[in-house]
Amino acid sequence: MNLPVLKAADFASDQDVRWCPGCGDYSILAQMKKILPDLGVPREKTVFVSGIGCSSRFPYYMNTYGMHSIHGRAPTFATGLKSTRPDLMVWVITGDGDALSIGGNHFIHCLRRNLDVNIVLFNNRIYGLTKGQYSPTSSEGQVTKSTPMGAIDHPLSPLSVALAAEATFVARSIDAHVQHLGKTLKAAAEHKGTSLVEVYQNCNVFNDGAMAYAQERKQRADNVIELEHGKPLIFGAERDKGIRLVGSHLEVVNTADVPADDLLIHDALDPNPSIQMMLARMRYPEMPEPIGVLRSVAGVSTYNDQINEQVTQAKAARGEGDLSELFRSGDTWEVTA
Amino acid sequence: MTTSTPTTNKKIESVSGITVRLCGDSGDGMQLLGTQLTNTSALAGNDVATFPDFPAEIRAPRGTRAGVSGFQVQFASEEIFTPGDTLDALVVMNPAAMVTNIADLRKGGILIANEDGFNEKEYKLAKVESNPLDADVIDQSYRVVKVAMTKLTRAAVAEHGLSTKIADRCKNFFAMGLVYWLFGRSLDPTLRFIEAKFGKKPDIAAANVAALRAGWAYGETTEEFGESYQVEAAELAPGTYRNIMGNQALAWGLIAASKISNKEMFYGTYPITPASDILHELTKFKNFGVRTFQAEDEIAAIGATIGAAFGGTMAVTASSGPGIALKGEAMGLGVMLELPMIVINVQRGGPSTGLPTKTEQSDLLQVMFGRNGEAPMPVLAPRSPGDCFAMAVEAWRIATECMVPVMLLSDGYIANGSEPWKIPEMDELPTIVCTHPEKHTGEGPFLPYARNENLARPWAIPGTPELMHRVGGLEKEDGTGNVSYDPANHQHMCDTRAAKVAKIAERIPEQDVYGETSGDVLVVSWGGTYGACHTAVTRCREAGHSVSHAHIRYINPLPRNIGTLLKSFKTVVVPELNSGQLRMLLRAEFLVDCIGINKIQGKPFAVSELVEAIGKHTSTHSQSKAG
Repeated sequence: MNLPVLKAADFASDQDVRWCPGCGDYSILAQMKKILPDLGVPREKTVFVSGIGCSSRFPYYMNTYGMHSIHGRAPTFATGLKSTRPDLMVWVITGDGDALSIGGNHFIHCLRRNLDVNIVLFNNRIYGLTKGQYSPTSSEGQVTKSTPMGAIDHPLSPLSVALAAEATFVARSIDAHVQHLGKTLKAAAEHKGTSLVEVYQNCNVFNDGAMAYAQERKQRADNVIELEHGKPLIFGAERDKGIRLVGSHLEVVNTADVPADDLLIHDALDPNPSIQMMLARMRYPEMPEPIGVLRSVAGVSTYNDQINEQVTQAKAARGEGDLSELFRSGDTWEVTA
Repeated sequence: MTTSTPTTNKKIESVSGITVRLCGDSGDGMQLLGTQLTNTSALAGNDVATFPDFPAEIRAPRGTRAGVSGFQVQFASEEIFTPGDTLDALVVMNPAAMVTNIADLRKGGILIANEDGFNEKEYKLAKVESNPLDADVIDQSYRVVKVAMTKLTRAAVAEHGLSTKIADRCKNFFAMGLVYWLFGRSLDPTLRFIEAKFGKKPDIAAANVAALRAGWAYGETTEEFGESYQVEAAELAPGTYRNIMGNQALAWGLIAASKISNKEMFYGTYPITPASDILHELTKFKNFGVRTFQAEDEIAAIGATIGAAFGGTMAVTASSGPGIALKGEAMGLGVMLELPMIVINVQRGGPSTGLPTKTEQSDLLQVMFGRNGEAPMPVLAPRSPGDCFAMAVEAWRIATECMVPVMLLSDGYIANGSEPWKIPEMDELPTIVCTHPEKHTGEGPFLPYARNENLARPWAIPGTPELMHRVGGLEKEDGTGNVSYDPANHQHMCDTRAAKVAKIAERIPEQDVYGETSGDVLVVSWGGTYGACHTAVTRCREAGHSVSHAHIRYINPLPRNIGTLLKSFKTVVVPELNSGQLRMLLRAEFLVDCIGINKIQGKPFAVSELVEAIGKHTSTHSQSKAG
């Protein structure tokens, strides 16, 4: 059978994209359109579900099925959809406000159920669509429209939250690092179970440059560490810095100063999330921030498989339900004319 | 079939109906006793109606008035519509149960008291100074039978070697045996129940059987009862019957709708009293293709439901008032997406957490209007436990014909009540045809919001090539479904969504009337007050008054003849367990000055109070006519 070969452009809908000029969302949209043809899933079997926020306009721009839902609840819509239609590839598109403030509850429960969907969390550490208030990932002390004296909330790390919820796939990428982003989205799509990809995304209107340390090519090498399963943790423009595990904490070392064997080898497949959690807690400027796949654990049952498996089992054990039999189960009596 | 019920040698008096209430501590097994008595009476061919009444606490402090759990059942040889106003017999396990219920026992009624539950400690817990059984007024007003149920039960189960604590738990079966003797009930259904429930614990099963038989034997041998009572089978329409509870009937109606529409069901919910039993019932039927999702909260429940509907599944969510409040935003999305689904509200007393285990009808305006923007939804309300089955099927029929979320409005009284239900034959069930377009026909791009004669859009589902489209909460351009801020389009879409709901009036039955279609007084009711209103109207008519009754099961849209009907009576009376919500709708819609009979006590209407309230309006007319 000859399947049509799709191109990125085939995934573009006929709607005008209406993000601000220079918005990081464009890059994520472009990478998504680029990787989808490689996944071998037909467009009609692909569904994008989003909540509310700039990121959540995403489904309108994809020539697939899509649902732009309500604030913070996209994982819930995905749950009903994927549970009843496991044949579909479902993406959840969300932002830091959407997923972690109003939708924090659903975000956690989707991950712990291991529903087989892909969550892409656009993190720009600000509220964009409501115009510039601080978000759950905004830095402490950040001055915004709603925090003239500085934010007093401690920021939330999506990766730490995901690992705490026993997520089976946790990754991070950067809008400006397009190749890495494409590769990471593809890895997420190929994972069976909930995948979370946090994408550092620049809001050039309300929080421009908040993550410049990770986004700008010149700074990136020193401030970001690219994780690869089975490889030692090395970073720096000169590849001269590494990460070592000492007791129960991580430290930055000069690779020249320590034996190569001392460097931490990244194990994304480890079901024990302890070291992955240490990596998730590395923060700029004290530590380089990790990008790539922190965790990818296979073989954990998914919610959608199990909910359907129970139906299959019940049918096998008791036969297809028969209404007439149901009505007459238990005690009945006859009234004659 | 062989029977293991002995026959009495005492005199039997035949009566047309009995109302009995069983009361004890929550934990005394009164609800179990009540449901067994109900089932047994239904199997005897009686018409039955029940009213369970229990505290919101799982085990409220023992022996206190707050902890009293009661179950009332009326069984009769004629068709009945309520569990009865006054009691012919009252069984009480302790003083708290007695003092909180004795007022409802009719003069000359039988009071059966577990004597062992009456002691100084219990008086203190019940906040009574002395033994309430000793009051002269009690002896003079009622036939009092004191039974040492605890002692007698311990003696009856002694040979099974149970601990005293476990042995004492059997006393509800002793009480049951005694009640069964008194009203000529067969022990067989309960013996079968014990076998099914306790079969794996033979000593407990044997002890419960012994207690049940001891209770029966006590009735037969004691000198306290001169006679027992017999209620003949009721004359119901021919057919096969079973006893059914409201929530159970709702669940079965959903399963039936799923089957006949050839759709598997997704039920997303979060536990809440009094809706949870729908979930408990549905989870038993996964072999019918039922997928149940216990969500993390009410919003997730309806979110998942909408997701399932988008995928082409029969999607249902249920809650009670507080949970429906949480679902409001998502219901609005459902209206905007124009997807079929059912939202069930099993009402309880409000506002806020209110009275979780008590009934009320005060969510009508909530389900009519409790969403932001112009977001009309069809609203259907079953009138009785058995009617929940039919209305669940109706809700799904309307949802799919019109591509719209439908609200099904039940209440705690219907949900937990039970009645005989005539089992429908398969060919009596309506046909529901669900179709999904399979490919794009016609010129130009696929139009997800193109409409048919019902103003319904196509239910195009993911997985279908050529029909890819995006839905969402932003206003949609008619036809294309693209986001649109065009002012004229918004007006058009709001008008269209409203017109779509209004048009449903063409495909629902006209309002039927009990009695004449014009006259002095029309009683208009909805929901769980049906039985009380119907019975009250019957009594008014028997007393020679011109009173008719219209019980509305389709609230939005209203049946198309309602306006004419309201204007054909001199007075319209609207009894409701709220402060006048249907009345407000009727007055607003038809400019008819409806008069309310309103009660918000967490209790259903008594027939007598309705007869009295309706009577005020009939007598006004009689007088004005005479004058």
